[in-house]
Amino acid sequence: MPVSDPEAKARALYEARRTRTPIPPFTDDDPSLGMADGYAIQRELVPLLLADGDRIVGYKVGLTSKAMQRMVGVDAPDHGPVLASTVYRDGDTLSLADFIAPKVEAEIVFVMGERLAGPGVGPTDAARAVAGAAAAMEIVDSRIADWRIKLADTVADLASNGAVAVSSRLVPLAGLDTRLVGMTLTRNGELLDTGAGAAALGDPLAVVAWLANVLGEHGVALEPGHLVMTGALHAAVPMAAGEVYRAEFDRLGPISIRVTGDAAERSSTQGGPA
Amino acid sequence: MTINHEELAARLSKAVVERTAIEPLTDEHPDLDLEAGYAVQRVLREQAGPLAGWKLGVTSRAKQAQVGVSAPVCGFLPAAAALDLGEPLHAGELIQPRAEPEIVFVLGRDLHGAHCTAVDVLSATSGLAVGIEVLDSRFRDYRFTMADVVADNTSAARYVVGTPVPPAGIDVRLVGVLLEKNGELVATASGAASLGHPAAAVAWLVRRLALSGEGLRAGEVVLSGGLTAATPVAPGDVVTVSVDRLGTVEMAVTD
Repeated sequence: MPVSDPEAKARALYEARRTRTPIPPFTDDDPSLGMADGYAIQRELVPLLLADGDRIVGYKVGLTSKAMQRMVGVDAPDHGPVLASTVYRDGDTLSLADFIAPKVEAEIVFVMGERLAGPGVGPTDAARAVAGAAAAMEIVDSRIADWRIKLADTVADLASNGAVAVSSRLVPLAGLDTRLVGMTLTRNGELLDTGAGAAALGDPLAVVAWLANVLGEHGVALEPGHLVMTGALHAAVPMAAGEVYRAEFDRLGPISIRVTGDAAERSSTQGGPA
Repeated sequence: MTINHEELAARLSKAVVERTAIEPLTDEHPDLDLEAGYAVQRVLREQAGPLAGWKLGVTSRAKQAQVGVSAPVCGFLPAAAALDLGEPLHAGELIQPRAEPEIVFVLGRDLHGAHCTAVDVLSATSGLAVGIEVLDSRFRDYRFTMADVVADNTSAARYVVGTPVPPAGIDVRLVGVLLEKNGELVATASGAASLGHPAAAVAWLVRRLALSGEGLRAGEVVLSGGLTAATPVAPGDVVTVSVDRLGTVEMAVTD
């Protein structure tokens, strides 16, 4: 049975995003909701956000690690759009006031050089279509109270995407084995975690192929310039004001963000959308 | 109760020979401290035959916080404990083996001193290699205090060292590390997982050895600390460790 009233659920998420007031999980009322129901709600939510003048600049893929998939009880990733209003640059300041319960993840991002449309896309096709890789961070956030999410809840909520920060240093793929790219994540200079590209679905390029194939089922393609956030290489870290996060990737370089509690500071220093 | 280092070392040696786990030494000797642990380890070292080098343990900050310490520990590597490239691990010789990925330093010249730093280590290093360390705590279920694990030569059992590459231009802090078992990814890390920088871990070892007037010798290898949690291994398993810029080492496990 399809999810009842996906429009109303999308509207509830839209309001939760706008007011930064979380809502209870949809799966509290209907535990039978699954992945397809989540995407049905997401498909209603995205037009509401685009109607405010936002636009899709790429996608994030989540649940790309075995550990995360086990936690949510799935064996595949999920995805959501990356909106232009949520893209930050290296060195930017992010305000906690723009989020509900944000966490930081260091990720490899690909920038598409060519159009890529499934079905039938493999990692080699993905490698050919990608212009390059860069250091990135995702700020995951949940409009569902206390991150009490099941699969349908997080999928509906744009795969818990909050914002992304992307380095402008785009590195061509030639000779780059993204599986082996090492990463260190520090907070205020203190080492928090390390990882390597393979933590994302075994190979970050496999994430691009997976995404192209899944979007292709709905007639959607990855377009030149689109970002593909390939998933965390470590366990997500809750964000707090006053912290500086820095992820450094072998071969790709560093990216850092500063976190403030002050809502005004964001607009005065860099304006948010890139 | 007086601590007899030789007697405790004999207990550990017996556990190895009989492939039977024992209870922590500190159950019976609650006053066994870290230095007493090193004294027991030294007895084992004197009985171990030629040494190939050294190893670090408890090098991750997370692990240190978990066990309430702020420094790593070290052990010795008997030459006889090395597995050659392609040689299988005989799990039947061990009690409860676990494997972990390592970055291995090969010393190009002697290195010693109470003020050794990562820079000194890097300049004395002739090669870096991928390593697999096989741990095998002689204590039941890996239950031990720091003093116990030091006495037990930091659970050292076997090790494999890959083909060394020249260290010039390699930032071992950032190299990506993959641990796979039977083709499945088990964990990833980068070199920084060992004490923030593997060379800093080796420098700590040199400073520790300086306390007893010892040091590293040219040609010795140093396993600079497990970079992910150790994974249990059993006959039939194949463990693969890949380190960016250093290569890949594979180890099959048999009875």
